Amino acid sequence: MSRKHNKLEAINLDAYYGDFHALKGINIAMEEKNVTAFIGPSGCGKSTFLRTFNRMNDYIDGFRTEGDILLDGKDIYTKEVRVDELRKEVGMVFQKPNPFPKTIFENVVYGLKIQGISKKAVLEEAAEKSLKRAALWNEVKDNLNKSALALSGGQQQRLCIARALAISPSVLLMDEPASALDPLSTAKIEELIYELKNDYTIVIVTHNMQQAGRVSDNTAFFYMGELVEYSKTKTMFTSPQDTRTQNYITGRFG
Amino acid sequence: MRVSEKIIEGLLWLAAVITILITAGIIWVLLSESISFFQVVPLVDFLTEKEWTPLFADKKFGIAPLVAGTLLTTAVAISVALPIGLTIAVYLNEYAHARLKQVVKPLLEVLATIPTVVYGFFALTVVTPFLQGFIPDLAGFNALSAGIVMGIMIIPMISSLSEDAISAVPRSLREAAYGMGSTRLQTSFGVMVPAASSGIVVSVILAISRAVGETMIVAIAAGQQPRLTLNPLVPIETITTYIVQVSLGDVPRGSLEYKTIFAAGITLFIFTFALNNLSFWIKKKYQEKYD
Amino acid sequence: MTNSEKNRLKDKAFQVFGVFCTFIGLVVLAVFLFDIILEGARRIDWDFLVSLPSRRAARAGILTAWVGTLWILVLTTIIAFPLGVAAGVYLEEYARKSKMANFLEINIANLAGVPSIIYGLLGLEIFVRQMNLGGSLLAGALTLSLLILPIIIVTTREAIKSVPRSVRDGSYALGASKWQTVWNQVLPASFGGILTGIILALSRAVGEAAPLIVIGALAYVPFTPSSPLDEFTVLPIQIFNWTSRPQAEFQTNAAAAIIVLLIITFMLNGIAVYLRNRQQKKIKW
Ligand SMILES: Nc1ncnc2c1ncn2[C@@H]1O[C@H](COP(=O)(O)OP(=O)(O)O)[C@@H](O)[C@H]1O
Ligand SMILES: [Mg+2]
Repeated sequence: MSRKHNKLEAINLDAYYGDFHALKGINIAMEEKNVTAFIGPSGCGKSTFLRTFNRMNDYIDGFRTEGDILLDGKDIYTKEVRVDELRKEVGMVFQKPNPFPKTIFENVVYGLKIQGISKKAVLEEAAEKSLKRAALWNEVKDNLNKSALALSGGQQQRLCIARALAISPSVLLMDEPASALDPLSTAKIEELIYELKNDYTIVIVTHNMQQAGRVSDNTAFFYMGELVEYSKTKTMFTSPQDTRTQNYITGRFG
Repeated sequence: MRVSEKIIEGLLWLAAVITILITAGIIWVLLSESISFFQVVPLVDFLTEKEWTPLFADKKFGIAPLVAGTLLTTAVAISVALPIGLTIAVYLNEYAHARLKQVVKPLLEVLATIPTVVYGFFALTVVTPFLQGFIPDLAGFNALSAGIVMGIMIIPMISSLSEDAISAVPRSLREAAYGMGSTRLQTSFGVMVPAASSGIVVSVILAISRAVGETMIVAIAAGQQPRLTLNPLVPIETITTYIVQVSLGDVPRGSLEYKTIFAAGITLFIFTFALNNLSFWIKKKYQEKYD
Repeated sequence: MTNSEKNRLKDKAFQVFGVFCTFIGLVVLAVFLFDIILEGARRIDWDFLVSLPSRRAARAGILTAWVGTLWILVLTTIIAFPLGVAAGVYLEEYARKSKMANFLEINIANLAGVPSIIYGLLGLEIFVRQMNLGGSLLAGALTLSLLILPIIIVTTREAIKSVPRSVRDGSYALGASKWQTVWNQVLPASFGGILTGIILALSRAVGEAAPLIVIGALAYVPFTPSSPLDEFTVLPIQIFNWTSRPQAEFQTNAAAAIIVLLIITFMLNGIAVYLRNRQQKKIKW
């Protein structure tokens, strides 16, 4: 097997909301087809960092970055990069399921439709494939024209994953994707992440230590805008180097 | 695709900017016609003469009678709408059941949706004859009927804006008043109304602005006789009525009479503009205080 | 009587006064509607609806008036709808917090408070004279469009605001551009609210007489208009005209025409309220 290359990298990354220094000198490299977990107390900058990889922060007034974010070795914050192209490559799933107030089918094919793809056969095939991939097909295949808002929370979140997969990204960013779900739905999502890792590079923000332990290969611990520690998940949980990491993992704050 | 995004944003921007063009257009139109009016009629005469007879052989151009007519009908309207509107606001807030409030509020809003010609008809054919039963001196056209009906029309404006202001008063204040053994009435007028006073003042100013600019009710029921009087029983003429009166007739474009409607218009515009901005200013000050 | 008894009495008295005030407006409204129906209903028949205006009250009808009103409604919608929604979208979705955006906002609030007759003067100078449209339907519709633009903009913004951030995020994350997001997600999700606002604005336009009188719409138009450049009259002007005549028969005609106008106004408002309630029930974010 050939050595995996670095899918995502951050080099000396600083980020600001106006005067507020949200991310401080972050350096990290994430290999392809790996799952990386971001952990840390809330407000430490996990989401902010995650959203730099698909430039979702672009819409926030006063947000700016210094340093580089690389996707496949190429800086994504240059003028030549088109955000829509970038986001086809880097999909995102949010904390609260956010299906569009449309049918299940329309949700899944939305990304393709806005790319100008309108052939019904192509869309139907893509919808089926992504729904299967997101382990939702069997539950919805007879109701593709029902409103997505009628699904349960766990189903909605898998629909959002299917929606992201439909445009064939290579990276999947997940911001606490299971924190709003019941334990059963959470287990399903975790299983799914495990499945998807064969084909996708996944970055997942989580509050849940056990979850990080179960699904991730590597873990990054953030604290007040800094990347404190980054290592194999096993190493991190058994022998953390920094006392702040240690305190967090053992539940002394957070 | 990027180009089309830019074009679309440009078009949307244009739509937003049109609103500025409208304001600019209003000011430009009023000013340019008025300026040529004031080249013939000195501004001093306009402001100090006591008669307004531009359509007669002996022309006088004092705006005072039209302003007096406007203020008179407005004053009648506000003295109807303010006590009733404020009482409704207090009653719905402090006395009425939530259910009643839910039913009454939209019903009152109906009053504000009725076209004003309809109110004018009402004032002329129902209210005036009715009032003539008590006030034999009441003329067929008069400021009283028009003002009363206008007042009824703007009740919902005052009641609903005041009600919003009163219900925005922090609960703690109200509970403190009840805690000291105040009756509902004492709580309302001793605590709630003063605490909501800026919101209530805003509602009244907006109502005044609305009454000043109201046209059809006064055009139908208040008469077309410019008269410098505070007597609500006789026919008068408001600024708006004068504009309608001239528009209905055959006044040649570019004539001095034609220009008078723009001079009258700019007077009206200055009044309402000042009132509206006064209300914005109060609202802003008040919001800052509570933030 | 003790002090506290006095206070309680005053409290009760105010309660009675409160009920009185709350219902006086409604009672007046009821009396008035009753009076109008009593006077006007018997005058409404097929002939009244399809007859041209006449100098003789008994033969006069409202054909030209309601056809004119319909024309005005349609033309005003065509002009004001895209313009108002576009401006609302720009202010809510595109404009960054800036001096300019702030100025636009204050300006729109100001426009909403400008008396309708002033819009008439604007229309008279710009549309009737400069653009040479005369007292035509088009000039009238343009004037009324400007008049209701602030209402449409404000309600559009409110409707758009109620679409949650997460829907936009979801769309952007799938690579949609700003406009794609607005067009495919934000506008469909807020359409009910926008429509409600437009219909309310139209119900305002349909009752306006003053600005149309100023731009030169006539009370007596012997033919129904057949193009936007034709002269016209509308129901409120017809009512005004009949009300201003001394003969009792014309007052009856006015009452009958008022019934028709009120039916149109209440219908528009009813539709708006219905849409608003349905919208609130349908989408629970
Ligand atoms: N839109 C924003 N504007 C200003 N500050 C923000 C914004 N979003 C987040 N922040 C601040 O940035 C810091 C990091 O936030 P976030 O990345 O959401 O944290 P996490 O996801 O780790 O809980 C927090 O202190 C937060 O208050
Ligand atoms: Mg977060």
